[in-house]
Amino acid sequence: MALPDMQSPSALQLGGPGDGAGTEDVEVALESLSQWQLAWRRFKLHRLAAVGLCIFGFMVLMAIFGPILDPYDPIFIPNAHVPGGDPPSLAHLFGTDDVGRDVFAMVVNGARISVTIGVFSMLIAGIVGVLVGAVAGYVGGLVDNVLMRIVDVFFAIPFLFVILVASRFFGQGQLIPLILIFGLLSWPLISRLVRAMFLSLREADFVEAARAVGVSDFRITFRHILPSALGPVIVAMTLIMASNIVLEAFVSFLGFGLTEDQTSWGNALSNAQTVLSQGNWWWAFFPGMAIALTVLAINFIGDGLRDALDPRSRL
Amino acid sequence: MSEPGVPPPEDVLLEVRGLRTEFRVLDGIVPAVDGVDFSLRRGETLGLVGESGSGKSVTSLSIMRLIERPGAIVGGEIWFEGRDLLKLSEGDMEDIRGNEITMIFQEPMTSLNPVFTVGEQIAESVRLHRHASKKDAWDRAIEMLKLVGIPSPERRVKQYPHEMSGGMRQRVVIAMALACDPKLIIADEPTTALDVTIQAQILELMKRIQAESGAAMLLITHDLAVVAETVQRIAVMYAGKIVESGAVEETLLHPQHPYTEGLLTSIPSRVARGQRLNVIKGTVPNPFRLPKGCKFEPRCPYSFEPCKDNDPPLESIGNDRKVRCWLHGLPEHALPVTVAAGTTPGGAS
Repeated sequence: MALPDMQSPSALQLGGPGDGAGTEDVEVALESLSQWQLAWRRFKLHRLAAVGLCIFGFMVLMAIFGPILDPYDPIFIPNAHVPGGDPPSLAHLFGTDDVGRDVFAMVVNGARISVTIGVFSMLIAGIVGVLVGAVAGYVGGLVDNVLMRIVDVFFAIPFLFVILVASRFFGQGQLIPLILIFGLLSWPLISRLVRAMFLSLREADFVEAARAVGVSDFRITFRHILPSALGPVIVAMTLIMASNIVLEAFVSFLGFGLTEDQTSWGNALSNAQTVLSQGNWWWAFFPGMAIALTVLAINFIGDGLRDALDPRSRL
Repeated sequence: MSEPGVPPPEDVLLEVRGLRTEFRVLDGIVPAVDGVDFSLRRGETLGLVGESGSGKSVTSLSIMRLIERPGAIVGGEIWFEGRDLLKLSEGDMEDIRGNEITMIFQEPMTSLNPVFTVGEQIAESVRLHRHASKKDAWDRAIEMLKLVGIPSPERRVKQYPHEMSGGMRQRVVIAMALACDPKLIIADEPTTALDVTIQAQILELMKRIQAESGAAMLLITHDLAVVAETVQRIAVMYAGKIVESGAVEETLLHPQHPYTEGLLTSIPSRVARGQRLNVIKGTVPNPFRLPKGCKFEPRCPYSFEPCKDNDPPLESIGNDRKVRCWLHGLPEHALPVTVAAGTTPGGAS
């Protein structure tokens, strides 16, 4: 669909430069697309990814503005309430739980915490992973060996167990410690990826050329190699974000995560576990759907990014 | 050549003395560059010629101190502008690279970073070494593109390498190398990856720019035709050593080393149609099992007694020529000159 307007200027370009003002105008019209512009173009063509982006965008907006607009306080317990909770109604769109708390408010407020945990733990994992991987891959030798053995250790320890213990003892039911724990436990995957990319890219001719121009190692690492390695890293980061959102829900569900007074999707699910068999489906359904939708959306985005950032795919 | 540790005279820009670069690999030590000496005067062009694996590229990377593990420079001196490059710190070396000594690489398709515009890549070295503002560096990039003959440089400067052809990319690489007015340009097979018509254009461009800028150039190639057209002096390398050097015309017309002679006689156009092509018999020696004496001895048609056990020294034979061959020391020098008839070896033409 974009073909005709892409082809005509380059066809005209054959007329060669300096053929007069007319040619010059046409040549200016031929825009140069950067790696990122091309990727965005390919990303938009990926239907599911676009849908995913919309859903995730909606979740983010909900996380930011939802609690302001929503009339109910998720932890407000009204004096009069229906035992077993109200089913969804106009007053309470997603129903209420057994003490009368509004489930819709829980979902909206939970978005804030879940998205925050997902985004920030992803950023921590990304930064630490890229730093460790870049140093290991570029410097090589002993440094590489030491760093990668540390990564091996991270892969070898039983992840879930450590997360549960760490969440209980260092997390203390608070948001920031939880983000740190999740972030600091999920970087090894990224550092392995980055190291592998650096190992091959450091041998690239353009890196040698950069060194021959007198560019310092630091600048080569972060200015010259990193942009080329970023595509797969971004994809891995989206997957880490999705898995950390699930992980938070899981940890909170087990009661090792955030305290009761903070509303996360995991906490909302946790409250619902005792009564699921009584047919009060809405307590679990809506927070559960929120988690599933968000994770699915992020995975779609990751999928789209994988295609968009792969320089070999030509759409 | 001056004494070790003593800088060469002022008119010599680069003097390489006894350079030794080794690669320590699992199977042993490969002496890729095994005691190379040569010098380059200001504004002069020197062609470093040899077949694959003779140590040409390693020599050039050694001058830039870009040898990486498992390779290492294990001996020698590299005098540039009164300083021994091998004694400088890495930081000082970074100041020299891309500023006073620059390199033009063989592969224009891969030696540009695919994620930056060509303008950013040219401007980078200007900003790095000249501490120029972003704007000035950008203007310099446009100016350089114009200088290397890229049409509509204002538009091209914003393009990415993948939007350009091989010849155009090599022009960009040359523009990068020249952006900081270097004193020495090292061109490592700059035309090998290009097709013949573009080769001629690029060589013409390099000659022009070298003449205009007054920079000295070290041209590394295996193509004798390229050398003949471009350089003033030539040094022929074999198995990590220089076997012959001298003024280009002299050397190509009256080769004094059997290897140079072999290279020249194996050029197809020199043989009459229908005749068998001359070849240098045998192959380049295994770097792990180099011959004890002259490295070329096993392939040399003139090999005799002293060649087997003793490596000949690189000896001056007058007229700014040097040759590493025992034949030369003989009173009845009988190296048959098949290239040009009626010339006396060793003497001026």
